[in-house]
Formats: sequence, C-alpha cells, structure tokens
Amino acid sequence: MRKSRKPLANQHNLTAYTFLLPWLIGFFCLTLGPMLGSLYLSLTKYNLLTPPQWIGFANYIEIFKEDDTFSNSLWLTIKYVFISVPLRLAFALMVAMVLNKGIRALGIYRTIYYIPSLLGGSVAIAIVWRQIFDGSGLVNQFLGWFGIQGPSWISHPSYIVYTIISLSIWQFGSAMVIFLAGLKQVPADLYEAAQVDGANKVRQFFRITLPMLSPVIFFNLVMSIINSFQAFTPAFVIGDGRGGPLDATMFYTLYLYMKGFSFFDMGYASALAWIMLLIIGAFTAIIFVTSKYWVFYGDSKEGR
Amino acid sequence: MEVKKINGFTKHTLIIIFGVAMLYPVLWLISSSFKPNELIFTEPGLWPSTFTLDNYVNGWRGFQGVAFSKFFANSWLISILSVLGNVITCSFAAYAFARLNFKFQKIWFSLMLVTIMLPYHVTLVPQYVIFNELHWINTYFPLVLPKWLAHDSFFILMMVQFIRGIPRELDESATIDGCNQRQIYFRIIMPLLVPALISAAIFTFIWSWDDFFSQMIYLSDIKLFTVQLGIRSLFDPTGQSDWGALLAMSALSLVPITLIFLIFQRYFLDGIATTGLK
Repeated sequence: MRKSRKPLANQHNLTAYTFLLPWLIGFFCLTLGPMLGSLYLSLTKYNLLTPPQWIGFANYIEIFKEDDTFSNSLWLTIKYVFISVPLRLAFALMVAMVLNKGIRALGIYRTIYYIPSLLGGSVAIAIVWRQIFDGSGLVNQFLGWFGIQGPSWISHPSYIVYTIISLSIWQFGSAMVIFLAGLKQVPADLYEAAQVDGANKVRQFFRITLPMLSPVIFFNLVMSIINSFQAFTPAFVIGDGRGGPLDATMFYTLYLYMKGFSFFDMGYASALAWIMLLIIGAFTAIIFVTSKYWVFYGDSKEGR
Repeated sequence: MEVKKINGFTKHTLIIIFGVAMLYPVLWLISSSFKPNELIFTEPGLWPSTFTLDNYVNGWRGFQGVAFSKFFANSWLISILSVLGNVITCSFAAYAFARLNFKFQKIWFSLMLVTIMLPYHVTLVPQYVIFNELHWINTYFPLVLPKWLAHDSFFILMMVQFIRGIPRELDESATIDGCNQRQIYFRIIMPLLVPALISAAIFTFIWSWDDFFSQMIYLSDIKLFTVQLGIRSLFDPTGQSDWGALLAMSALSLVPITLIFLIFQRYFLDGIATTGLK
C-alpha cells in the first residue's frame, strides 16, 4: 500500500505543479525577481544606458533630507487617499441602504450607479472631468444658478486636488454593489428583535448594520487604500501631465514615473517605489491589527 | 396606504434624479460630441441645436497618418489576448490551489495572497529593464505576457473561492469513473467555473482597455498606439485641442466597455457582489 502511494503522490505533485507553472514563472520573473531587483537598484545610480553604480543609501538620504517634491507628493497622495476613500465608501453605503429597502427596479438603479465605476478609469472621463470643472464648465454653471461664482477648479493649485477627489467619489458604484450584497446577508430578524427592544433607526444602524457589514467594509477599505495610493491617470490627465499647476497634481506615482521615465533616474525611482511599498504596507498593517476591535465576524462559520 | 404610495413615488423620483445627475458627465460627453466645435462650450443644454457628425469624421482620421481604426484594432488585440491569458492561467493556478494537494502548497498560497496587495510600482523599473533587454519595448509583449503568467493574482483568489463552492462529490465520482486530475479540471471544474471566468474576463478586458500607464511606458510608436494613447495625444492640456474630435473619440472609446458591461451585466455585478472585487 505504502509503496504504491508514493508514486501516486509524486504524480499528483507533478500535475499540480503543471497547473501552477505559469503562475510560478510569473511569480519569480515578474514579481519576486523584479522586487529584489528594484531593492538593489534603489541603492544605485542607474540611467538604463550605463551599468548601475553602487551608491549605498544616498538615494534614500536625498529623498528624506533634500527632496521637497517627495514630501509634497506624499502628503498630496495621503490627503487624496484619506479624503476620497472614506467618502466613497460612506457614499456607497448610504446609497446601498436606500436601495436595499425592497425597492422595485433595483436592477436598473444598480446598473446606472455602477456605470461611473465602469468608465471612470479611462482617459476619456478624466478629460471630461477636466472640462466640467473648468472656469466656465458645468459645475460653475450649476453653482451660478445659486448665485455662486465658482473658481476655475482645475487651474487653481489648492482646488484641483478636489476635482480629482470628486472623480474618485463619483465611482462609488462598485463598493455600493458589494455593500448591497452584504446588506442582503443581514438577517431580518435582528432588526425585528431590535425594534421590539425599542431601538431606533440610528441605533439599529450602529449596532446591527455596521457590525454585520464590517468584514465587507474591512476588505473594501484595504483594497481601496492600496489602489488609491497608486492613482495615476486622473492626476496625469486632469493636471498637465507634469504635476502642475505648482505641483498640485504631483501624485506619488506621477513623481515616480517622472523620475524614472522622464529623467531616467531609475535608481531614485526604485527607492521611491520601495518607500511607497513600505508606506502602503504600514497602512495595511494598521488596518489589519486594529481590525480585531472593529471587524465583527459573527459566530457563524460562514463569515469570510 | 396612500402615504406609502406617495413616499415610494418620491423616493423613486429622487433616485432617478440622482442617477441622471450621476450620469450627467457621460451624457454631456455624448451630446457634445455631436455639436459643432463652437457650440460645445457655449450651449449648456444636452440636446444639440445643430447636429453634426463632423467630429467623428475628423477624429477618426487620427493624426500623423494613423487613423483611429488602427488604435481601436490595437486595443482590441491587447485586451483579447489579455483576457485569454488571464482566464486560462489564473484558472489553472486556482484549480491547483483549491483542489490539488502538493508540496509547499501553503507557502505558495500565502505568497500568492501577498502579491495581490503589492503595488505595481515596486516591480516596475526592473520589469522595464528586463523587457528593454529583450528588445520588447514597442511590442505588446510587456502588456500581454504578464496575463499569460497569471500575474493578476486577484483573479486566482476569486476563482479559488468559487471552486471551493463546487461540491467535492463531483470530483470524487469523476475519479471513480476513471478521470485523472487533469481531466477533472477540463470536464468538471472548468465548465462549472464559467460564471467566474466571465467576471474575470470582463474585468480583465476593462482593465487592459484602460491600462493607460503601462501602455504609455511601453509604447511610443504611433502605429502601435492604443485608444487611450490616441485620445491623450489628441488632447493638449494647454488648450489648443480640437475639442469636437477629442470628445467624439472619447465617447467612442467608452463604447466597447459599455457594450460588454450591458451584455454581461448579470454575471458581472453578481460576480463583484460575491467576490468583493475592487
């Protein structure tokens, strides 16, 4: 018995690794190798044409000590992430709760509200956004009805980031669809019991809806933060493509792109990439560590 | 009863008004693309007072002798190759993780989970260096090859979850009938995995279609340009663009994604709902 099993196990290993082969190649050649490669390059001066030249931590020292554009773009990106992600999720939850109350034609509304998420990542929509937030664009025409004279959102350095944030919030549909599915899983008898106990709507929301949705919120929060940190197209197209006006659209990834692919300072760009990895890692770790205080998996084993 | 009806009516009206407001930028884009250039920024209403197709004709001509039809063909090619790659290799990997037992399985699985959260940029420069060494700049390999190596591990996780929901009894009875593990994948798992494959296919299509960043880095030959790059080239941030043509091509660029979404929306939206995608 034992003897005959071993070849079988080997054969199973072989089949499994055959199925896994593309991913394994990709993991080593596109992920692990390049990751170590960029760690090495971050300690060098490298312009793609001449071999990398070892300079130790000089790139990192320059980034933290002398590079104002770095700190500016980091804060800008953090501001973008921490305004747009909570607002988008809150908005998504709000609309999901309105739509969840056994409404007719839910399918159609769900589709309509999803369309911005579908199209929002394209260059086309970024160009439209630039246009409707322009001095004489739709937004200011709308404000004009109320007698408000809006500024030119896209040429003013302190407002343009809100234009980009609004584009991100506009795409709340994908989170909404996930919340809708999550809300359907909340057992109705919980609300009935709460009502019997005299809990009002607000209390029901904080004591039932939020805890029951917390795993879904957790997952969305992590993925949204990671993705928003990497936002590029809106900043590139709504701004002038070089971070302007006055570095007000110099998002972290745009700065990294310019260092690496406009100035061909690829060692420096790699150092920026590793700093970005560490920052994203730190934020993700904080959410994971704090999750045990606010993410509620219930006592059923079905929880994700 | 009456009050309830009125409440329902108000609610629907509000939801619809809000929906129209949400879609207004898209509607503005479509309507402006049919307006003559001089009316685009002066006429506030959605319905064009003068209707013209000139923008589409002008835009379609492209620039520097390359028409937009070429950009569309290129984008379709990249997206379709990406979809095939992702669907095939990610489902292979997912089947191995979800159903097969092999050495170091747990380690590989945790590594796969970690790669989902890795930012693209941390591998960007060395990948570029490798592709440059291989003389693959200005080819589609850097855009498509990663998809054939199951690089978007998010889809692996999604499919692993889906496969775990398929009853194991099916595999077992197939084994009794003499199927080996390879045959179980092709005869049992893959056919049942179709809904997940469709969601993965649609997401891959949209993401490759919109993948402006990689396209910009790897493609500089105008003949290889994608729709996104074409639009970006028509657009001059200093304001000297042919807005009519630009908006017409922008509107066209959204048509393939929208069509695919509307055709497959059931799979698509339910797919997001069950996997928590994006």
